[in-house]
Amino acid sequence: MANISLEQVFREEYGRIIATLIRISGSFDLAEEALQEAFIAAVSKWEVEGSPDNPGAWLTTVAHRKLLDALRRDRTRTDKQAELSYEANRLQPYVEPELFEDVVQYPDDRLRLIFTCCHPSLTREAQVALTLRTLGGLTTPEIAHAFLVPEATLAQRLVRAKQKIRLAGIPYEIPSLERIADRLAAVQAVIYLVFNEGYAASAGQSLIRNDLCAEAIRLGRVLCELLPDEPENLGLLALMLLQDSRREARVNDRGELVTLEEQDRLLWNVAEIEEGVKLVQTALRMRRVGSYQLQAAIAAVHAEAKTADETDWRQIVALYEELMRITSSPIVALNQAAAVAMAEGFEKGLALIDAVGANGALQNYYLFHASRADLLRRLHRYDEAVAAYEIALSLTTNHVEQQYIRRRLAATD
Amino acid sequence: MKYMLLIYHDEPSWDAITEAERQEIYLEYRKLRDELTSRGQFITGSQLQPIATATSVRVRDSKELVTDGPFAETHEQLGGYFLVEAANLDEATAIAARIPSARTGTIEIRPLVETAAEASA
Repeated sequence: MANISLEQVFREEYGRIIATLIRISGSFDLAEEALQEAFIAAVSKWEVEGSPDNPGAWLTTVAHRKLLDALRRDRTRTDKQAELSYEANRLQPYVEPELFEDVVQYPDDRLRLIFTCCHPSLTREAQVALTLRTLGGLTTPEIAHAFLVPEATLAQRLVRAKQKIRLAGIPYEIPSLERIADRLAAVQAVIYLVFNEGYAASAGQSLIRNDLCAEAIRLGRVLCELLPDEPENLGLLALMLLQDSRREARVNDRGELVTLEEQDRLLWNVAEIEEGVKLVQTALRMRRVGSYQLQAAIAAVHAEAKTADETDWRQIVALYEELMRITSSPIVALNQAAAVAMAEGFEKGLALIDAVGANGALQNYYLFHASRADLLRRLHRYDEAVAAYEIALSLTTNHVEQQYIRRRLAATD
Repeated sequence: MKYMLLIYHDEPSWDAITEAERQEIYLEYRKLRDELTSRGQFITGSQLQPIATATSVRVRDSKELVTDGPFAETHEQLGGYFLVEAANLDEATAIAARIPSARTGTIEIRPLVETAAEASA
């Protein structure tokens, strides 16, 4: 244990400890302060004495003690009366744990925490920031940097979210049975958004963004650990692992985007693929199919093909059909059409893409035009392909995506 | 905690329904109110007269300015309110979702500012 990095311990233990401290105090701010103090105490103590056998338990115990001190201090203050009465209402009766023992057993409160952070009465931005800050233990500057917003903006966002939780009475508990499905979907959406933020085409430009992928996967693991019987939790984790497995291959040395078809599959992360595939299989056996599971299953079919030519497109088309039954979005329809093009011929795929685009919903979506262009190119209809690539180019502001389309355009001309 | 449930609805469509339909909705309102009362959660509540009866008053530089109607034109108008006692936002939301007008309009849930004396009571 001696050489384990402090930072690593903090990051790993943060969510679990803060979740318990919030339950005890009813206050995000008090919990954060207490944990901060415990970390500072740990740094000075562990540097001299080396880290204890169970650093997590040590931190929890010390943070708990700091919190109780703070609560007692606060109770004697009269100027904070209103806030304190609120806190008092929120305090759960509990038995003070025996602090002399080395390891105090605390229940895992992270599930309450994640549902509170992802409460639907908070904006999605606030949900994401709060989840990363509390459950993930990321610092405010880290989150601000990752989402490319000024630190002050993010700090303000967190303050407002915590204020709303307190003033609006957002409960710190696991939602009732009839609500849990909707609420769980929100939690999954937040985690996947964090992943996509890190995985977006700007990948490879900065380490912090890769950290977001790692963090999302870690949160996905926590969710699976807490609610392992929810197949969509497994599906989400599998999807993220399978996408992440291609990270090294999807951007080349020049920072350019490489399509799935052209990727060097030897660069794919075998461990992530194995874990992802196994998770999809476990999830699908539960017989409650969902959109994350199906997307993961599609990613798994790609992952299992040794070369692009070996891809089982028929199975992918079948999975997309299933996905369309659950979420019939135009974007899913577009992907399905692209799969049909590979399985049953470019002409048929193009006709499907045009049918999807007929209602105009995808007119401003660059990938719609890029997909059309790609099929036109394969059909040797170069003039039309160039025109479609040019529309696609005008619709994306992302540097990597623009570069990709320019290269395509150059190859088509 | 105390929550104000502000009931917004579209007046023209409320006026457009039949008397029988209206009575059915009133009955539903009464049932909800009775149930909340029996659980000690109902504090007060009422339907409001239509927006055409509204008057706005503003005082600027000690001068009273009285005008017809509401301050802003919106699609939905405030048509009534419930003041309820609920343990937390989820409980308040569950009550709000059962207000008949939630199916056609919008219920805005606002926590009351509670003074220290009230909160500890």
